[in-house]
Amino acid sequence: MSGVDLEIEKGEFLALVGPNGSGKSTLAKHLNALLIPVEGEVLVDGMDTRRPENLWEIRRRVGMVFQNPDNQFVSSLVEEDVAFGAENLGLPPEEVRARVDEALNLAGLSGFRNHAPHLLSGGQKQRLAIAGILAMQPDCLVLDEPGAMLDPSGRRELMDTLARLNRLKGVTVVLLTHHMDEAAAADRIVVMSGGRPVRVGTPAEVFADEELLRELGLELPVAAEIACCLRRRGFLVPDDILTVEAMVSYLCRL
Amino acid sequence: MPVIEVENLTHIFSRGTPFEVTALDGVSLEIRRGEFYALVGATGSGKSTLVQHFNGILAPTGGRVRVCGIDVSDRRARRELWRRVGLVFQQPEQQLFEETVFDDVAFGPRNMGLSREEVSERVADALRLVGLDPDRVGKMSPFRLSSGMRRKAAIAGVLALRPEVLVLDEPTAGLDPLSRRQLMDRIDRLRVERGTTVVLVTHSMEEVARRAGRVAVLHKGRLAMEAAPREIFSRAGELRALGLDVPATVALMLGLRARGKQVRTDMFTASEAAEEIARMLIHTGKNQNTE
Repeated sequence: MSGVDLEIEKGEFLALVGPNGSGKSTLAKHLNALLIPVEGEVLVDGMDTRRPENLWEIRRRVGMVFQNPDNQFVSSLVEEDVAFGAENLGLPPEEVRARVDEALNLAGLSGFRNHAPHLLSGGQKQRLAIAGILAMQPDCLVLDEPGAMLDPSGRRELMDTLARLNRLKGVTVVLLTHHMDEAAAADRIVVMSGGRPVRVGTPAEVFADEELLRELGLELPVAAEIACCLRRRGFLVPDDILTVEAMVSYLCRL
Repeated sequence: MPVIEVENLTHIFSRGTPFEVTALDGVSLEIRRGEFYALVGATGSGKSTLVQHFNGILAPTGGRVRVCGIDVSDRRARRELWRRVGLVFQQPEQQLFEETVFDDVAFGPRNMGLSREEVSERVADALRLVGLDPDRVGKMSPFRLSSGMRRKAAIAGVLALRPEVLVLDEPTAGLDPLSRRQLMDRIDRLRVERGTTVVLVTHSMEEVARRAGRVAVLHKGRLAMEAAPREIFSRAGELRALGLDVPATVALMLGLRARGKQVRTDMFTASEAAEEIARMLIHTGKNQNTE
């Protein structure tokens, strides 16, 4: 990673896309001081990640969900695992209990509270890792390909959960993804390549640059790709059609 | 003749404990030699448990599994089974352990007692198959590679065994779109050129639509459907009820259908879908062709 300049607004839903090895995960790890800049600085709510006294507060505010949830479990019971982070904040037991209930609910794991994490399926484990972070009620969630191991409905539930947290609770979401259909739902997209952002813009702006995406081996969202094919056949399809729903209602309005 | 025969397979984990889970319950299916067979199902439906029977990592609690004519419960045949059936686990990059990529990929062939030349040839061939340059990455430590390259190196380790049956458990999860497409292209080429049977566990309905000859849907440890992708994806309601979905192109066509448009719904690529939409627009006189 070299010479990265980027600002993320409070309450924003930001998607980070780019080929494997483009530096997405490295950048993400700088957002809650898991990595410290060799040069330059990262400020979280104005707090410098290089200062050790800020670590605790930065990590409370910025929760991180990794690709592989297996490395993130600390307990042999689902509800205890979810409670771990919240308990460490020194909250009273009733508060911890209430947060755990809410987090399990949000992650769709209410029926699994007494299960053993290691016996859950891959997708359920991923949702458990997210629940553990949610119980700490962070201001910002950074998720590194959280849906990679989820089935389609799990992925949908996860995206709905993230959208809900973002819209209703004002949680800032930074989502690293290889799925352009998911990136299309973000407020802004950052395209990474060779350790730096090469394009920043709204989904409509980024996906209008088909050439850049192709060059980086990325794809268009399916609806945008269909729009492209239609344009090539001479049909006038607007630029901002990026989702299946938008395409259906556009075609039905004609 | 089927290369994999699964007969009334049941698998129960942690039997007799409070954690007892019936992961598979009376599953029967047959996979033909040279077939591209996809396995889909919601998380926890038993897909991974099922494929771990295919090379004898798990033995059936009930029923029978025969692969390449070998009963997987037969402990004496395990070594032969491991050689003929390659299983790529979820996140196989976590199993890399050698000092160099070459040694890691060579681990299997060396254990088969092959000559030094034969091992080298197989390693180079396997690395090329996954799109890695043997001369460039062979001497590198696997831990210095990017996550996508590590995944490919791990898959090469299984390909170097030249298995007749290749079982892949979500091999493209976490890979970027280009790597995903290239990897699947190469695996399919292996099937066509060498007759390798491919069993793919995946959550990507697009991969199933584009690659698979047949697809099985597991639900709560049972076989819920088994047919060609075209047939499976015509049953969107049932799939969604099972935690799955149809490819986005099909979802789009179904959306149009639901709004009264006369379109076919079995469109698996963007250009197929665009063609059908263009046909619809021209047919209904909504042709705003600019030319």
